[in-house]
Amino acid sequence: MQLNSGKQISMDNMADFSEEIAQDGDLKLKLSGQLTICHIGGFDERLRGLDGQVKQIDISDIGPIDTVGAWLIFRTAQINDAQIVGENAEASRLISELSENPVNDVAPSFKQDPASRIFSEIGEAIVSVFQTMLNFTSFVGQVIIALLTVIIHPSRLRVNAIIQRFDMVGVRALSIVGLMSFLIGVVVAQQGAVQLRQFGAEVFTVNLVGRLTFRELGVLMSAIMIAGRSGSSFAAQIGTMKITEEIDAMRVIGVSPIEALVLPRVFATVIMMPLVGFYACLMSIIGAGLLTWIVLDMPPVTFTDRIREVTPITDLYIAMIKAPVFGAIIALAGCFQGMQVKNNAEEVGFKTTAAVVQAIFLVIVLDAFFAIFFTEIGW
Amino acid sequence: MNNKPHDGDAILRVEGLNNSFGSQVIHDNLDLKLRRGEILGVVGGSGTGKSVLMRSIIGLQKATHGNIHIFDNHVFGEDAPCNDDNDTISRINYIDSEIRRKWGVLFQGGALFSTLTVAENIQVPLREYYPHFSQGLLEEIAAYKVRLSGLPSNAAAKYPSELSGGMKKRAGLARALALDPELLFLDEPTAGLDPIGAAQFDNLIRELQTALGLSVFLITHDLDTLYAICDRIAVLADKHVVAIGTIDELLAFDHPWINEYFLGPRGRAANNAGK
Repeated sequence: MQLNSGKQISMDNMADFSEEIAQDGDLKLKLSGQLTICHIGGFDERLRGLDGQVKQIDISDIGPIDTVGAWLIFRTAQINDAQIVGENAEASRLISELSENPVNDVAPSFKQDPASRIFSEIGEAIVSVFQTMLNFTSFVGQVIIALLTVIIHPSRLRVNAIIQRFDMVGVRALSIVGLMSFLIGVVVAQQGAVQLRQFGAEVFTVNLVGRLTFRELGVLMSAIMIAGRSGSSFAAQIGTMKITEEIDAMRVIGVSPIEALVLPRVFATVIMMPLVGFYACLMSIIGAGLLTWIVLDMPPVTFTDRIREVTPITDLYIAMIKAPVFGAIIALAGCFQGMQVKNNAEEVGFKTTAAVVQAIFLVIVLDAFFAIFFTEIGW
Repeated sequence: MNNKPHDGDAILRVEGLNNSFGSQVIHDNLDLKLRRGEILGVVGGSGTGKSVLMRSIIGLQKATHGNIHIFDNHVFGEDAPCNDDNDTISRINYIDSEIRRKWGVLFQGGALFSTLTVAENIQVPLREYYPHFSQGLLEEIAAYKVRLSGLPSNAAAKYPSELSGGMKKRAGLARALALDPELLFLDEPTAGLDPIGAAQFDNLIRELQTALGLSVFLITHDLDTLYAICDRIAVLADKHVVAIGTIDELLAFDHPWINEYFLGPRGRAANNAGK
């Protein structure tokens, strides 16, 4: 038997009807062929296109019939108040089943006109922004309460969970953060050297790299990386746990999900961010040093001396102050979005994306504030 | 349909099926025949491979060896057509759309597409096979199937996440019925339903089976379902079908698992209820 006929349907025995017009303009339909779903073809359109009152539907000549065929006969009969004549046990059974439990109104698909849809979508978006802000504030409040509880009862701190997160957030990020920072160091130094050479000032490449890396790039780039790696995984993990009702199970048992899930992640990220950020700065400096050695013929010893000379220690303080704040934001955004997941698996994807976008956005906004603040206080 | 179903008119034949995962043998030389127009209950303890059997038949999983015939088409076996490439994916593709449009499958959790409404879920198979159907007809058919499956008509516009477990199963059944299948596979349709809901679901399956002339392959743990609606029952134990027949025939059969199953406290209760 050849089975590879695809979706071709044999054209024999297609559902069909012939019309017979009585003197008063009424129609009599005589149906023929198979009234099954795969033999309907254009039968439905032709039935809908009939004009004139159908008085009688003759089903005595039809072949096999299924629910779709029965529906079409029933619908035509019902619209026209027509009589179904002819003997066919199968058809009578299906049609009588339909007339006993008629299909209630076919639900029309809800269509809004585009103009009002724009406004309603803008409105919904604004409401959801405020809703999210409100929820986030209350979430931060819950975390603070959990934090105070843990400070009062230090034994409730889940040290193992935190250390496990160190590994996930910090140690496993080292390779990718290191590579990225190294390359950024190379790129900044190279671009700086090219531009500064025009003024014969390529030696200031070191100033550029040193200050830029510690003040801004090192911590900012590692924050973006950690948001992508860990913030997203926090949201996905917690979101999945919400769907599988694990979080509900925790609550019922009496374990606070904020204490058990959110706090360890926040602690771990807050502690890891400065370390990863410092490591990123070092890798960046190494990349820049390598480039200046090759391109500007500046030996590593000179480079190191110059870096120590031009980069004030306050730059490092800035990095180390910003890093834990960024870490807290990333972890809070990830956990918050995870806890917002409801109902279905699709939401996990949405919320994971939202977690990363929100974290990076907040990190950059805060970074701008930090930049202005530290400049104002003269660091 | 008026004739009593008999073995000669089997809509589904499984012969000498072997299934194993690594060294763990699930099925060993399993034979099964589903007669046209009957409801065949498939029972067995947990881990006896009921779901694996169903997945092998519908092509989601490749059996180790054996033969499977559906609607007189040799869909799996040594000399089945174009069975040279033996991975799972090609096996699914190999089962021709002509066969697939004649069966419907209800998975355990309903397996509704979560991004689509119930009505759209029902329309998915229709659109796939009959792209020329007008939107109006699609919506009418969907509304009809929603009604057939015993859902309230306002359920059609709802998303799966807005439905209860029982309604999800009904919606899944409506989707399985979308193409007017001849053969219906049901994987534990009453699991997780309350007894009233389960009894209603049993009745629904029986009614649909009579109204639409379906053949049903029904995996179940539910003794009430077996007594209420199954024409015959196949018992999976010791890696194959140890017995197949009506409940009375099985009661007469001497096998420790069958005895324990039907004559245990729950079995007796269901038996009394069935009478």
